[in-house]
Amino acid sequence: MLNLTQINKRASGLQLFMQTIIGRSSPRLIGLYREKSWLIFDVFFPMLSVIGYVLIYKAIGAPADYIGFVVVGGAMTAFWMNILWSMSSQLYWEKETGNLPLYIASPAPMMAILLGMAFGGMVATVIRAAAVILLGSLLFQVTYAIQSGLLLAVIFILSMIALYGLGMMTASAFLLFGREAWHLANLAQEPVFLVSGFYFPLKFLPFWVSAAASVIPLTLGLDAMRQLVFASGATLGFLSVKLEAIILAGLSVLFIVAAKLLLSHTEKLAIREGRITENRR
Amino acid sequence: MNDQINTSSAETGAFSIYRRSIKTAAWLGWKIESNWTDPFLFAVYSIIKPLAGAAIIVIMYSVIAQGNYDTPNFAYLYFGNAFYQYVSSVMTGVSWAIVDDREHYKTLKYMYVAPIHIPAYLLGRGVARILIGSVSVLITLLAGIFFLHVPFHLAEVNWLLFVITLVLGIFILVNLGLILAGITMMLARHSDFVGDAVSSAMFLFTGAIFPLTSLPAFLRPIGYALPITYWLELIRRSLIGTVVDAFPTFAAFSNLQLLGILVAFAVVLGFLSNRVFRACEYKAREQGLIDRVTNY
Repeated sequence: MLNLTQINKRASGLQLFMQTIIGRSSPRLIGLYREKSWLIFDVFFPMLSVIGYVLIYKAIGAPADYIGFVVVGGAMTAFWMNILWSMSSQLYWEKETGNLPLYIASPAPMMAILLGMAFGGMVATVIRAAAVILLGSLLFQVTYAIQSGLLLAVIFILSMIALYGLGMMTASAFLLFGREAWHLANLAQEPVFLVSGFYFPLKFLPFWVSAAASVIPLTLGLDAMRQLVFASGATLGFLSVKLEAIILAGLSVLFIVAAKLLLSHTEKLAIREGRITENRR
Repeated sequence: MNDQINTSSAETGAFSIYRRSIKTAAWLGWKIESNWTDPFLFAVYSIIKPLAGAAIIVIMYSVIAQGNYDTPNFAYLYFGNAFYQYVSSVMTGVSWAIVDDREHYKTLKYMYVAPIHIPAYLLGRGVARILIGSVSVLITLLAGIFFLHVPFHLAEVNWLLFVITLVLGIFILVNLGLILAGITMMLARHSDFVGDAVSSAMFLFTGAIFPLTSLPAFLRPIGYALPITYWLELIRRSLIGTVVDAFPTFAAFSNLQLLGILVAFAVVLGFLSNRVFRACEYKAREQGLIDRVTNY
């Protein structure tokens, strides 16, 4: 039986917010250790695409740096897939499996739940992406020429904040979808790999296509990272690294604020229209 | 006499169940694939996805070849990539029906108590994927021919070889899908990745986008052991025969020899797939996996 002291000790405010983040991220982190089979599917599987694209470049006699572009781009696909299937679609899955009403009914802030998902997913995906880069680099003897480790770290962190901010924002939007959610996430794979230049330098796309694709943080993040780690990267960059960093910082703020606003709006809408427990298969 | 009538009636009944299972599953598959949105959005979805996949390879090629698409290399990879869409669509589609029905719709157990033929039902679910795959292939080819001027001349097409090869290839893919469906049924985790994983792996080894000779020598035997390798070679020979002459991988084989190899694969897979599926199904029934929902 609960007593008042216990109730008073219960977390609230910032403490509850932080506990929720830890709580929601922990299944994703613990899963890394408990479920070893991800090694095969999350590392070996993306490696197949990387190997395929590398062999195309080799077959047509591309310069060595292009092999590196594919390896880094292939590793970054792990983040985009994580955003699509484990962030954007996550609240939709939670609705399907019946967890969403429990989240809404609990005192835990939804924003903290999304941040927990983002944090757990980001850490898990960093390990996967690192494994792809390591394997790809060893397999194809990729040569890196890192110009500024600090700037590289800043670009990577900004890309991740903006990207997971985008994921948090779209998670709210996907909450309102039914069967469309799966198809929309599926649709956002190849077209995004294309316009974001995952396997070739962004510079080779028409300017306005690249500019429009820059709303996806990985587009500029990947372009900046390539400029910083490959000898020929700077000559093949879309914008200057500094400008890309500024845009990424702007996108980070924009997406996180938009996620907060959209989450409140869709949560209210979903409750009002009874979509929280709706299951349109 | 009575025995004869009963036997004949049983055969008619079995055939009727088989036919009905395929027909209904094909219609169901089409509805699942297409009616999640309005026809316009579905058409856009069906066009954008394959074109974007092809465009990645086109741009990669263009960056290095500086826009020169009139080469055997480009035609080789463009046609290979276009027709490979059948592999991911059909083979993965048939096996995906297990994931869909067991995990998502939770109807697989009801399928098993209904008077239907399960392998026929799965083949029927593949029909919708064949249709969608065909549209994707056609759109990709048309885009290549009209916008990228891929070397293709209608007058040079060997239509008979093309039709026979296409039908044999789809038969092989459906049967590979049935084998994967059986394996999928026994998996607890990652079952939704099985089709994609196998399809991605075969993409590397079947010479879809680069000749087998580009692979390290120790990996080439894998390619020679896969039916898709011969299928893609024959598809290219039937559509762009002169281009294929530039690649020596199968130069020693005539069309008829390659067709013979493909027929042999089709016969073996047609015989094996049902048995492998039934063996997996038996294990799945024994272990209570038919109605398992993992939410993984």
